[in-house]
Amino acid sequence: MSASITDTNAKPLDIAPSTGLLSWVSTVDHKRIGILYILTAMIFLGVGGFEALLMRFQLLLPRNDFVSPEFFNQLFTMHGTTMVFLVGMPVLVGFANYFVPLMIGAKDVAFPRLNAMSYWLLPSGGLLLYYSFFTGQAPDAGWFSYAPLSTRPYNLRPAQDYWIMGLACLGVGSISTSINIFVTVLNCRAKGMSMQRIPLFVWLAFLTAALTILAIPALNAALAMLFIDRWLGAAFFEPARGGNPVLWQHYFWVFGHPEVYILILPAFGMISEVIPVFSRKPIYGYAFVVGSGAVILLLSYGVWAHHMFAVGLGMGADIFFAVGTLLIALPTGIKIFNWTATMWGGSIQLTTSMLFAVAFLMEFVIGGLTGVMFAAVPVDWQLTDTYFVVGHFHYVLIGGTVFGVFSAVFYWFPKMTGRMLSERLGKLQFWLWVIGLNATFMVQHFLGVMGMPRRVYTYADNPGWQILNVIATLGAVFMATGTLVLIWNIIASLRSGKKAGDNPWDAFTLEWATTSPPPAENFEKLPEIKSRRPVWDTNHPDVADWKSAPTSEDRGTRPNAAKLAGGAFVASEAVFFVLLLVSYVVFNGRDQQDSQINASNSLNVFRTGIFSCFLLASSATFWMAERSIRKGNTGGLRKWLMATILLGIIFLGGQAWEYTGLMEQEIWIDTNLFASTFFTVTGFHGFHVFAGLVALSIVLWFASHDFFNAKNDKVISAVGIYWHFVDIVWIFVFSIIYLGILQ
Amino acid sequence: MNSVFPVFDPASEQAQYIHDLFVQVLLISAGIFIIVSGLICIAVYRFRSRTAIPQQDFGSEKKEIVWIAGPLIIVLWIGAISAKLILTLNAIPGAHPDQKGDARLIVTGHQWWWEVEYPDEGIIAANEVHIPIQKKFVVEVRSGDVIHCFWVPRLARKIDAIPGRTNYIILEADSPGVYQGRCAEFCGHQHAWMNFKVYAYTPEDYAKWVASHQATPAAPVKEPAVAGKELFLNLTCSRCHTIGGTTADAKIAPDLTHIAARKELGGGVISNNPENLRLWLHNPQALKPGCKMPNFNLTDEHLDQIVAYLETLK
Repeated sequence: MSASITDTNAKPLDIAPSTGLLSWVSTVDHKRIGILYILTAMIFLGVGGFEALLMRFQLLLPRNDFVSPEFFNQLFTMHGTTMVFLVGMPVLVGFANYFVPLMIGAKDVAFPRLNAMSYWLLPSGGLLLYYSFFTGQAPDAGWFSYAPLSTRPYNLRPAQDYWIMGLACLGVGSISTSINIFVTVLNCRAKGMSMQRIPLFVWLAFLTAALTILAIPALNAALAMLFIDRWLGAAFFEPARGGNPVLWQHYFWVFGHPEVYILILPAFGMISEVIPVFSRKPIYGYAFVVGSGAVILLLSYGVWAHHMFAVGLGMGADIFFAVGTLLIALPTGIKIFNWTATMWGGSIQLTTSMLFAVAFLMEFVIGGLTGVMFAAVPVDWQLTDTYFVVGHFHYVLIGGTVFGVFSAVFYWFPKMTGRMLSERLGKLQFWLWVIGLNATFMVQHFLGVMGMPRRVYTYADNPGWQILNVIATLGAVFMATGTLVLIWNIIASLRSGKKAGDNPWDAFTLEWATTSPPPAENFEKLPEIKSRRPVWDTNHPDVADWKSAPTSEDRGTRPNAAKLAGGAFVASEAVFFVLLLVSYVVFNGRDQQDSQINASNSLNVFRTGIFSCFLLASSATFWMAERSIRKGNTGGLRKWLMATILLGIIFLGGQAWEYTGLMEQEIWIDTNLFASTFFTVTGFHGFHVFAGLVALSIVLWFASHDFFNAKNDKVISAVGIYWHFVDIVWIFVFSIIYLGILQ
Repeated sequence: MNSVFPVFDPASEQAQYIHDLFVQVLLISAGIFIIVSGLICIAVYRFRSRTAIPQQDFGSEKKEIVWIAGPLIIVLWIGAISAKLILTLNAIPGAHPDQKGDARLIVTGHQWWWEVEYPDEGIIAANEVHIPIQKKFVVEVRSGDVIHCFWVPRLARKIDAIPGRTNYIILEADSPGVYQGRCAEFCGHQHAWMNFKVYAYTPEDYAKWVASHQATPAAPVKEPAVAGKELFLNLTCSRCHTIGGTTADAKIAPDLTHIAARKELGGGVISNNPENLRLWLHNPQALKPGCKMPNFNLTDEHLDQIVAYLETLK
C-alpha cells in the first residue's frame, strides 16, 4: 500500500492552546515535545550527576563513612538506571523528535498524539522510580539487578518493584516513540527526499529506533518474569526451586547490549552532521557511515554474552561472543575513518560544537579500544567487574554520547531558540569536561589493574588507591562545574544571546531552511530537494551536490503509516514472546519432565486444539472483513468483524475453562517451573487476545458509524496485522507447549 | 607481599599467559590510538581556520576497503590468540582431561565471606586459601546465596560463584607468598568487605599447615577461656558457627575451629588480634554495617571470656 506524499503529510494537529504553561502540557508539536524530552533529561542529569558526586566523595578516602554502605548501593543503582533510562535515551530521543521531521522536510512526526503519550510516560516512569525513596529505600541491586540479589529471598523491600514498574513504564514510552520515529522517516519525507538523501542524523535515529523496537521487549520479558517471581511466587530465577539466575543475565543483556548502541548511534549521527558542516565538506563515504551503522545494529544482537565471560559459559560460547564483539570494531573503525577523512582537506572551524565532535573522536577511540581488550576474553577474565570496566564504559558514554550531545547542543541551540550560545563559556565548559573526563576515568583503568572491584562502597588503604581516587573525585568536580557553566550559558543566551538568524553556520540540511525557531508548521516553503545537502545547493549553486554527486531520485511513494506502525509494534511483541517461549523450552526439557506436574499429564491437548481452531478461524473471518471493505461492502465488514470477535471470545472462554480446571487440581503459577512458564506464556497470550478484542470492538463501533470505506481502511489493516500476529503466536505456543515439539 | 599492580605481576603460569595477552593487546591498542589520534590531530591542525570552500570530496569505496583491511587483520589476530588461550586455560572437567589438577578445593561464596573446604584433608577454613606452591588445585566455585565472583588477580582468572551451579578454575602459585583475593561481583551491602587471601607455602610448610588444621584444638583449661567456651556454647554463637571438637556444628557462618590462626576478620575489614577480635564481638555492625552477625550487646566480662576462649583456637 503506497500513497502519494500529499496524502500522508497532513496538517499538524491544532487542538492545543499555543502559549502558557498549559500549552506545554497539552502540546503535540514535535518540537515542543523534543524540548520537553531534553529538559527532562537535563533535570535527571542533575540528579544522576549528584548521585555520582556523592559516590565520588565517599570513595575519596579509604574506609570513609560519608555515606552508609546501604545508601552507596542505592546511589550506584540509581545513578546507572537514571543515566541510561532518564538521561541518555530521553535526550537522544528529544533531539530526534525535534530534528528528524525538520531534516526530512515534514510538518510533524507521523503520530503526534502518540508522541505526546510517549513523552509523558518518561516523567511518569522517572517518578515511579524515584518514588521508591519515599518507601525508605531506593533500589539497590545495581542497574542490571542480577538475580537472585533482586529476588524476594534477598530483596524484600518494595524498591525493587518500583524499579521494575518504572522501567516497564519507560520501556513502553521508548518503544512507542521509536515506532513513531521509524514510521516518520519512512512515511513523512518531503518530495524529493529519497532514502538516499536523508541526513545521517536521521539515518542513525532511524536505525536506533529499529534497534529500540527490537531490544526493549527483551527487557520487558525479563522484568515480567522477575515481577512474577516476586509477586506470584514463581521461581524463574530462584535456584533453590529449579530456577536459573543466569537466565536473567542472558535476557538482560540481550536488551542491555543493543541498549549501548541505542545510546551511541544517535551520537554518531550528531557528529556526522557537525563534522561536515564545520569542515565545509560533505561527509566522506555517506553509504559507509549508514551501512556500518546497520552492521552494528545486526551484530549488537549477537554479542550480549560478552558481559558474562566471568559466568563460565564454556569455551564455545566464549569464543563465539568474543569473535562477534571483535567484529563490531570494524564498522566502528569505518566510521572513525570517515569522520577523519571528512575533516581532511576541509576548512575546519573549531567552534565549541566542533571541539566536542573532535574530542568525541579521541575519547571514543579510547573507549572503543578498551572494549576490544575486553573482547580478548582472558583479559576480560581479569578486568571485568573492576574499575577498568567502569573507566571503559564511561569513556564510551561520556566521551561518546555526552560529548556528541554537547556538540549537538551547541550546533542546534541557535535553531531551537533563535539565539547563539556563548563560545567563550562553551570553550570553558569544553575544557572542564575534557579534563574532568580524563581525570576521573583514566585513573580508573589503573585502579582496575590494581585490583579494585567496581561497586565497593569503600576500600582498605592499599598503596596508590587513595591518590587515584582523589584524582577521580577531582575530575568529577570538574565535570559538575562544566555542567553548571552550560546551564549558565543557556540562561544567559536565552536572556541576551546574539540573534542566530536562519542559518548561522552556513549548514547544509533542511532544518536550516526555516526560521529559528521554526514556526509550528515547520516550513513556509521548502527548497527543492535534489541532493543530500539541499541548503548547501541553494547557497552554493556553482558547487551544488546534485551536479557533482547525483543521488537516486525520490520515487514519490510512501508506505501506509498505520500498517507500518502495526508491523513495527508486532515485531517488538514477537521478540517478547520469543523470549517467553525460550524460558518455557529452557525449563521444560525432557530431563525436567520427571516432576509430577508437567505438560503431558496436566494439559488437555485435544480440547485446547479444538479451541485453537476457533482462534485460527478468526484470522480467516478477519481476512474476509478486510476483503469486504476493500470492495466497499460495509455491511460485510460489520458481519465479519462480529464473527471475528465471537471466535476470539470463544477461544478466551476455552482458556478460562482450562485455567479453572488446572486451578481445581491446585496447579497455579507458583506450583513449579512448568506451571510458571505455562501460565506466563499462555497468560500473556490471552492478554494479547483480550487487547485485540478491545481493538476489534472499537473498529466495529467505527464500522457501524460508517467511518470506513474502500479508500479509508488503514486502521483496519493495522488492527489486522496485530490480530493475525496474535494467531500466529498461538500456533507457536500450541506447538511448543501442547505438542512439545522442542523437547 | 602486596603487589601494587597485581594484574601486571603474575605469579602463576595461567596469570602469566593472561598477562602476556593483555600486554600484547594493550600495545596493539596503544599503536592504534597513536595512529588514529595522530591523524585527527594533524587534520585539525593542518586544516584549521581556513575560509575557502575546499574540494568537495564525497568518499572513495576503494580507500574505505583498504583502510579496513588493517583493522580486520588485527581483529582476527586478537580473536585467534584469545581463542587459543580460552581453549587452554579453562578448567572444565571432561573438556580438559589434562587440566585434572593435583588436588581439589571447594570454595563457596556467602554474603559476605568465603568458605574454603579441603574435601580430601577434611579441613574447612574461611576467607583464607592455603596452597602448596607449584601444585594445581582444581577449585570448585559455588555460592550459598547470591552471585559472587572469586578473583585472585596474581594467580588466576576470575570466575563467578553462582547458586545452583558449580564452576571450576585452576589455582596455582609459582612461589611462596600471600596473594590478595576479592569478590568481584556485586553481592549486596558488604560486597566491599568480602576479601580473602591465598597463602602459598613450600610443600613442607604446607604439610605443617595441614597437620595443624586437621588437629582439633585442645579444650581450654584456664580461666577465663573455660568460661568463654561455656558462653560460646550456651549463648547464640553455636547456632551459626562450628568449632571442631565441641557441640557447635552450625554451618551458617564461618567455621571457627582455628579462628586464632587467621590473619584477618570480617572479610578483611580488620586484622585479627585479641583487641580487634574484642572490637568485632563488641559490635560487628559498627565495623561491617549490614553483616549477618548482629550486635549481641555482650558485657565487658563476657567479651573478655569469649575472646580468651577464641584465642586458644590456633
